[in-house]
Amino acid sequence: MEKLFKQITQGIMADLKSGEHLGLSFGGENTTFARINAAKIRQIGNVDEADLGFNYIWNTKCCTGSISLSGNVEEDLKQAQTELNRLREEAQQLPDDPYLVIPDSTETSLNEKFGSLPEPQEVAAKILPAMGQADLTGIWASGRIFQGSSNSAGGYHWFASDSFSLDYSLITPEEKMVKATYGGSNWDQSEYEAFLADSIEKLKLMSLPPKKIEPGDYRTFIASAGVADVLSMFSWGGVSEAAIRQSESSLGKMRNEGAKLSPHFTLSEDFSSGLSPRFNGNGEVAPETTVLINKGLLSQTLVSSRTAKEYGIESNFAAGDEGLRAAVMSAGNLKESEVLKALGTGVYLSNLHYLNWSDMIGGRITGMTRYACFWVENGEIIAPIENMRFDDSLYNMLGEQLEAVTETALVNPDVETYDGRELSATICPGILLKSFSLTL
Amino acid sequence: MDLQTILSGIDVRADWVGLRYVKENTGFRLVRDGKPETNTRESKQGIMVEVLVNGQFAYYGTSRLDTAGIQAAAERAVVLAQAASKYSLHSFGIEARPVAKGSYRSAFQTATDAFSPGEFSELLIKATAELKVSDKVVSTNAMGRIVESESHFVSSNGSDFDQQYLMVSADYSAVAQDGSITQKRTDGGLLAKSYQAGMEVFNEDDVLARCRIIGAEAVELLSAEDCPTGIMDLVLAPDQMMLQIHESVGHALEIDRILGDERNYAGWSFVRLADFGKLQYGSKLMNITFDPTIGNQFASYAYDDGGLKAEKEFLIKEGLLLRGLGGMESQIRSGLDGVANFRASSWNRAPIDRMANLNLEPGDSSYDEIISSVEKGVFMTSNRSWSIDDYRNKFQFGCEYGKLIENGKLTKTVKNPNYRAISNPFWRSLKKVGNQDTFEVYGTPFCGKGEPNQVIRVGHASPLCLFGDVEIFGGV
Repeated sequence: MEKLFKQITQGIMADLKSGEHLGLSFGGENTTFARINAAKIRQIGNVDEADLGFNYIWNTKCCTGSISLSGNVEEDLKQAQTELNRLREEAQQLPDDPYLVIPDSTETSLNEKFGSLPEPQEVAAKILPAMGQADLTGIWASGRIFQGSSNSAGGYHWFASDSFSLDYSLITPEEKMVKATYGGSNWDQSEYEAFLADSIEKLKLMSLPPKKIEPGDYRTFIASAGVADVLSMFSWGGVSEAAIRQSESSLGKMRNEGAKLSPHFTLSEDFSSGLSPRFNGNGEVAPETTVLINKGLLSQTLVSSRTAKEYGIESNFAAGDEGLRAAVMSAGNLKESEVLKALGTGVYLSNLHYLNWSDMIGGRITGMTRYACFWVENGEIIAPIENMRFDDSLYNMLGEQLEAVTETALVNPDVETYDGRELSATICPGILLKSFSLTL
Repeated sequence: MDLQTILSGIDVRADWVGLRYVKENTGFRLVRDGKPETNTRESKQGIMVEVLVNGQFAYYGTSRLDTAGIQAAAERAVVLAQAASKYSLHSFGIEARPVAKGSYRSAFQTATDAFSPGEFSELLIKATAELKVSDKVVSTNAMGRIVESESHFVSSNGSDFDQQYLMVSADYSAVAQDGSITQKRTDGGLLAKSYQAGMEVFNEDDVLARCRIIGAEAVELLSAEDCPTGIMDLVLAPDQMMLQIHESVGHALEIDRILGDERNYAGWSFVRLADFGKLQYGSKLMNITFDPTIGNQFASYAYDDGGLKAEKEFLIKEGLLLRGLGGMESQIRSGLDGVANFRASSWNRAPIDRMANLNLEPGDSSYDEIISSVEKGVFMTSNRSWSIDDYRNKFQFGCEYGKLIENGKLTKTVKNPNYRAISNPFWRSLKKVGNQDTFEVYGTPFCGKGEPNQVIRVGHASPLCLFGDVEIFGGV
């Protein structure tokens, strides 16, 4: 695939005329998907696809496009040429774009991480027998993901990685569930079987009779996976500089009114794990670490070059949507083994579900508890709780109510596949809250 | 591309082979504060090769469209199906892919080439100017999304149908600010104006008139009181009913979901297979139809992606649950009647049960009758916040704009209106349903579901509705 991208880049860039600038982006994957219900195969298949994106600039005009690639160099070059001509024709008719960014990065990088994955036809036999009689529902995805970027200034980046993931829920006859994701780049059958066995063991805790709790404010522990859901909200009306400038961010209060979060809360964009490529769609390379919220104070935001040009500030080469690509929340000093004792009496939430801003500007988030969530008394798990709706402010959750942060930050891989398999992950610890508002 | 010839040339040992070719161009233009922000066109094409071997379907989606590429895809799908058939959840036969022949074309008045890119941009620039009704409007957006899509399906048991769609979505929004207060209005919720239609959606006079109202209402909200808190009557405009139907009826009735396929992602459902024909879902005024036959609605079509003919069906009649949202695979698995809703988001995804056009049928109450019947309540319009649990029970929704209803009259404007409830009790509290004069058609391009994930287009139409004794509240 890299050869295909390189050849298209060379062919198309050579065709550019005076006054023209171009950025190309490549995205592709060859993935085996197996959808599982009740520890059986519901649907199985393979998707082999690649797309080429264009960011075309002619003098003061800008437009973008993308095409599907077939993998045949001659055919794809011809299609790319046709798309370039379409963009040329369209650009002439468009109004001037005062904030367009001419690609000028000349950096290059090549990052390929190959692993050892089960063959597509082996997947079912390798993953299903270990599930035994468990009621397991989930999705297997494995294969290679490709990303590339090049521009008319000479910048060129290529990233490819092999990976697999089994994201699953285990369900008791009483419909209580636990969730887990097993993933990596090198398949290890015995490690997988041990991981799954551990999940099945955890499911036993869910067989305790459930406790119905009433709406109200509770001492609460939210485990790392749930915290990752909360942090995902920072990518939507959160750390984007454009969103703050355009009055569509929950963090506007921090910028404009001096609002603070807890000194226990530090959030960074941190690529040091190597899980996500540092280059964005324009081929610009972000700093390895950008501290966004430092001990509760808004330190920096994610700034794309377009936003930087509009507002006369410096870019930190964020993605076009200025969302988090490598979120890392700093760990604290609460030992994992001390969590239940520190919680005392309250609720323990493993996962959250379907978060949304109930008042974005006010910073209020609503959502549901889901999966392994428990009522805890005097440091001991008493019973799983029925799922509850919460509706509480970010400034409470990560502000005045944040009592402690666990000392281990876990990797929560992004397993969403709407626009293809994701490469990002959120690394974060669990949080202990003095009070959390459950509403329904 | 001659799919029939390609199909006849495929040489694999399978009980059934299907080819689904999809080509789709999505154009999107966004103007912010009078300046172009996005001018883009995404062109996607590919083919989904599906085979049935030993009762197991398997697929191979590829953007390699030559004969050799499609043959190779079929061979790989066969290998996958053979291997997986030892672990099948259900052993299917060819009856899961009924024979379908025919074609479908979206109806529209004005073709896409009636506007040049320059003219379209000019209209959007004018729209943002109209949105800025005062200095308190700090940000304006105008956007248009045009999708031209074609699909062609052929199969070894004789299906051959093609469908061509022209789909248009538009939205205009204004953010107003006064000190620490910020409010936003859109044109009925983000891209809620989504139709199978042509460029007639962008009639300049209509667009500019709507933008003036949107801008004015954003400013009006700055000085509005917060929505009151309490248990009271709730009147929902059709643009919010869209979301209400979608989340608390549509997803709950998807049979694949009830069968547990979605338990690891979107969730399960409080509805069980045994509930069909028995569960009183809502009040007697509740009549929900699956209707992919309405001309301009966003998710109209002739056949679903499994080949089942699309027809109007009542899912809920006089509040009683009758039928679920399940295509042939779900109907076979569950033994229940369903509808033609086995749909894929594109060539690179396998079909699953999706909503299409899911509507609340009009009742017999006029707008005035509904408002005048409320002693104390809130009218809400245009969704801005949505969240519901994995069983589709406990929901909380918020709207952009509200009006107090006091002693049968609309009085003060209120900001940050929200409500929360549980699906069945809420629908059973449906007290009045508006007549045809209050009936409006909407849609959204953004319904997410499935593993691997798929985002798909759905349509919803509804009259104005009144619900009794709902928990209502305001902002921070």
